[in-house]
Formats: sequence, structure tokens, C-alpha cells
Amino acid sequence: MYGKGLRALGISTIVVMAVALGLVFFWVPLEADQGFLQKIFYVHVPLAIVSLCGFVAGGIFAIQHLRTREQKWDFRSYVAIHMSLIFGVATLITGSIWAKGSWGHWWEWDEPTLVSFLIVFLLYATYQPLRFAIEDPERQSRYASVFAVTAGAFVPLNFIAVRASTQFLHPRVLGATSNLPWQMSLTFVISLVGMTLLFTTLCKYELTVKHTRAQLRALRRLAERRAGARTSATPPSRGRSAAPSLHATAMTAHPPSTHPERSR
Amino acid sequence: MSTAVPDAQPASAQQVGEVGEVEAPPSGGAGQAAQPHRARPAGTLSVVRALLRKELLVELRTLESVPGMSLFAVTTFVVFHFALNRNSVDGDLAAGILWVTLLFAAMLGVNRLFVADADQGGFDGFLLAPVDRSAMLFAKATALLAYLVVLELVAVPAFGLLLLSPPLGHALPELIGVLALADIGIAAIGTLVAALAVRTRARDLLGPLLALPLLVPIVIGGARASSPLLALGHATGPSGRWLLTLGLYDLVFGLIAYALFDFLLED
Repeated sequence: MYGKGLRALGISTIVVMAVALGLVFFWVPLEADQGFLQKIFYVHVPLAIVSLCGFVAGGIFAIQHLRTREQKWDFRSYVAIHMSLIFGVATLITGSIWAKGSWGHWWEWDEPTLVSFLIVFLLYATYQPLRFAIEDPERQSRYASVFAVTAGAFVPLNFIAVRASTQFLHPRVLGATSNLPWQMSLTFVISLVGMTLLFTTLCKYELTVKHTRAQLRALRRLAERRAGARTSATPPSRGRSAAPSLHATAMTAHPPSTHPERSR
Repeated sequence: MSTAVPDAQPASAQQVGEVGEVEAPPSGGAGQAAQPHRARPAGTLSVVRALLRKELLVELRTLESVPGMSLFAVTTFVVFHFALNRNSVDGDLAAGILWVTLLFAAMLGVNRLFVADADQGGFDGFLLAPVDRSAMLFAKATALLAYLVVLELVAVPAFGLLLLSPPLGHALPELIGVLALADIGIAAIGTLVAALAVRTRARDLLGPLLALPLLVPIVIGGARASSPLLALGHATGPSGRWLLTLGLYDLVFGLIAYALFDFLLED
């Protein structure tokens, strides 16, 4: 269901990322001020953009979940936010490295983009604990969706507020994208495309794995019941993951067989 | 029960509406069951008023939130005095202390806002009543706003007395405006977050964790707007930019809370 096109997507991701990294390291000219260090720009900024877009996409999927009540939307919202959090960690690390290299500090409060990214990241870091603290799966996905919508709307607002609060003391590379030399712009665009593809591939991969695992679990339970193993009637343990439980999704693949089995 | 006197029904329905709880006598339930087609027994405004009255009555009788919040704020000023080792503050530092204190004191109120409803069946009662669910958002947010106003009635004069070096009187009219705008935002976000966190296992932890990042823009706006007011010279008023930021943030999060609150009250 989710695995369709995964191979093509994966191959194109590898190709584009390889091209982008090749351009970054061997082709694009060095920047006059910062020299080699500035090349982290081609990794850091796409990571940040993709991560923020992933957070907003999680909010949009959550709106779909609240509207339609279909569990697949909550599943997608969870995966988008989960992957964005991972990309967010990478963004903060690369941003810190860049700040250390160019300004001498690991953290720079005068850089509004970095600061607002940290606030957004701290907010989303509570997403998993929130899910994990709610037992009932239906309520868990509903509350998580409410959170995802609120936080998704918070992302742009927070950027506006933090940017307004900061004086522009430092040269802004991102703001100056328009007067970059064309080689730099091209490399940046290819890196951004590569990072977007990487995000999409990883999301699709996670969706496929989780969905397949849930289906397998459902089938195994079905087989156990068919075999008459009445002792295995214990509910499946939720484990240590806060991922949405996909029993219902998996069950819809075999709607006629589930109900009589359950009523036994 | 079918022998209930017809003209007793409006009275009992009104009683339900006024108390705002559905811990109503059985006759009230039967009265509503007898007329299942009545779409709206009570307008949203009267439901909000009833719920708000209940909130404030409960707070007046138990004194669970507001005295604790105020005491916390005053104690925090004392802690700041020792932690900073300063007898008086002004400008940026004063604004920072005031806003951090108010924010953390507000967190205490936010954490307790829905606890009674979740633990003692207030949600169930409210959901059984055929009323607009947003009424609870409006009532709770207004109640939280009232708590914040009382908190500031205590905390701001205490701050002026204990820590602030310029006289508070000059700054007061403008400061009240800034505080009012910030309070609206804290009430909207606080109510949404409190409802989100209250029925989780770790509600005392999740409430502040969710609310603090969401309130950062309010702190930015509030602190930047009030720091010139609390400066020694008191040269300029608050910049209109920050008041606008606060107002827009209030508006947006008020709308978000209104749009999403219903989904938190479904079971």
C-alpha cells in the first residue's frame, strides 16, 4: 500500500543527493568571506526548510484526520512530525557548527532563524511524550492531531515574532539568496530538491515498515485464533513506541473475517 | 415519570442550564427525554454565563488556584532578589523578572484549570448537556483571564514595592494595556493546552512543556513592550509594533483554540 514506488524514489534520492554533494564539494566556488565553511549552508538550510515544511505538513495531515477521522491521516501526520524532528536535530547540530565556525560561539541568540527553530523544536519535542501519555488509541490520535494543528500554525507565527524581536546584526546568507552567483543558487536548489527527496523517501519507508508490521501482527493474531489458541487472547502490548497503533488499518484489509473472530 | 407535570419541565431545564452541570435530578433528565426534538434549550451565552459562574463559585469556595498563584509570584520576587543579589531592578531586567514570574504563576493556574472536571466527572456532565461545546472554552478562558487579573492585582504592586526602582505609577496605565493584551493570549493558549494535557498520564509535566514554547511570542511582545515603561527615565511608551504583535497573536490563537477545542471534548 505504502511501498509502491519506493525503489524508484530511493534511487532518485541517492542520485540527486550524490549530484548535490558532488557539486557542493567539487564545483561550486568558495565564498569570499567564509571560505570552505560556507559550504555547510548547502546542507543546513535545506535541512531546516524541509524540517519546517514537514512540521507544517504534519499539521495539514492532522486537519485531514480531524475532518475525516481516517486513521491513515494520523499515521501520516505522526510520520511527518517524527521525521521532521530527526531532521530538526540535524539542523540544530549543523547550525551550531556553522555558528561556531563563523562567529566563534556554538550558539548565537542574534540569529532569529536559529532561535525560532529551537523554540519550534522544543514545542515538537513534546509531541511524542503527549502521544505516549494517552492510553486510548482513538483519543491519542485525536489529541495528537489537535496538537499538530496548533503547532503547525505556531511555526510561521513564531518565526515572525522572533524575527521582529532581533536586530539584524549579522550578514544573512539566506536573505541574500537572490544575489548569489548562479553556481551557488543552482547548487542550493539541487541540494534542496535532494533533501526533499530524502525526507519523502524516509517518510515513505517508515510508513511502509510500520504498516507492514501492523498487518503482519494482525495476520499472526488471526492465524493464532484460527488455530484455536484461546490462551493468546491478551491484547497486544503497546511497547515503547508512541506511534499510532494501526490495528484498525490493518484490520480493514480483512473486514469480513475480523468481526466473527472477535466475537468468539 | 411520564406523569410529570408539563409546566414543571421548563423550570427543570432552566435549572440544568443554570447550574451548568448535569448532576441534575432525575426529573430533569426525564423532562429532556420527553422532548427530544428541542434543538437548543439554552443559548451559548447563557451556558457560558452559567459555566463561568460555576467556575468562579468553585474557585471562591475552594480557593485552589488564585491564592497559590499570587503567593507564588510574591515568593518568586523574593527568590529573584536573592538570586540576582540586587535590591532594585529597572528596564530590561525588570521586564524580564515580571514576565517570567507572571508566566510561571499562570502555569500553576493552567495546570489546575481542568483537573476538577477531569477527575470528578465535570466533562461527562457537560457532554451530556445539549449545549455548544465551545461554551466550555469561553467559560474556562474567561475564568483563567479573571485569575490572571487577580494575580496581577497582587503581583504587580508587590513587584513595584519589592524590586522595581522607578516608581510604578508613571508606567501603570500603559503597563495595564500590555498586561491585558498578554493575558488574553495566555488565557486562550492556556485553556487549549490545559484541555489537551489534563487527560494524559503526565498532565503536570505536559501542561507547562506544551504551553511554554507556545507562549514565547507573548513573552517577547510583553517584555519588549514593557521594558521601556519600567526603565529609569521612562522616556518612551511601548512601541506600537509589540502591541500589534500581541494583539495579532491573541486573535490567531483565539481562533485556533475555538476551532480545535471541540475535538478535545468528544469522549
